[in-house]
Amino acid sequence: MNKQIKFILIFSSLLFIFIIFFFGLNKSNIYTPNKVTNIEIPNFESRELFSNQKINAYELIQNSDYSLINIWASWCLPCRDEHPILINLQDKKKLNLIGINYKDKKKNSIKFLNELGNPYDTIIIDKNGLISVSLGAYGVPETYLVNRNYKILKRYVGPLNQENVIELFEIINENL
Amino acid sequence: MKIFKIFFFIFCFFYIFNITSHVQANQDVDKISKNLRCLICQGQSVYDSQSDFALTIKMLIKNKLQEGESEDEIYDYLKTLYGEWIVYDPEFNKKNLLLWVFPLILFIFGGLLIYKKVFINEHRK
Repeated sequence: MNKQIKFILIFSSLLFIFIIFFFGLNKSNIYTPNKVTNIEIPNFESRELFSNQKINAYELIQNSDYSLINIWASWCLPCRDEHPILINLQDKKKLNLIGINYKDKKKNSIKFLNELGNPYDTIIIDKNGLISVSLGAYGVPETYLVNRNYKILKRYVGPLNQENVIELFEIINENL
Repeated sequence: MKIFKIFFFIFCFFYIFNITSHVQANQDVDKISKNLRCLICQGQSVYDSQSDFALTIKMLIKNKLQEGESEDEIYDYLKTLYGEWIVYDPEFNKKNLLLWVFPLILFIFGGLLIYKKVFINEHRK
């Protein structure tokens, strides 16, 4: 009887350890950012890149049904890759394209836009990166689809691709 | 000459006061940033990392402290932005209930076993 209890105890604890390791080791330990959506973006104020005028984020977002907030910098290589996609988005009237210029020099960012084109309706300066962090950004590039009620509908970490654009318009058409 | 001395002492007092408060503020930033995980340079804390992300978070902590926010308020704010992963200390929730409770169960179980072995068995003898 005592032996049986011992056997059951050892067997069940080994089984328990096996299950823990089986599921634990199969789980990917590469961290993927927590893409929190459906939360409201905070309001922030900063200056516009070209005019240097003070701009309020909520006032900008209210102007259009949907806004695409793109965090970029002239020193960021993936931003160059995604730039043609943003240029194509420029013609879409439904979208208000807001650029957040992350930790960049004015001279360099203007040079970048002169070279590759300016897809943005408005560009906000984020000199120390605090605006981007308040949005929950990890770095550049990062893109947020926001509706008129300041809710984040979709978030893309890293450069945008064509599939993302298709998905973006699916979301917009669904919500129309 | 006397007025000069008084001014000198006042100057010294404010200078030292300014330095100590500055050192204290930096110590608080260091303490909080040591408990935060750098999300783009895994294996390092925000305190250790020199990445853009970590530098911005350190600046954010400094600003929040100057605004009078407490340490816990800063952790909560960062958790709403980046999820629980950003803090090293895991929260007590359904998912990790076993992790928190299991050592306690083992401790109680072990204690009872020792109690049984030592006291009850001794008593029987």
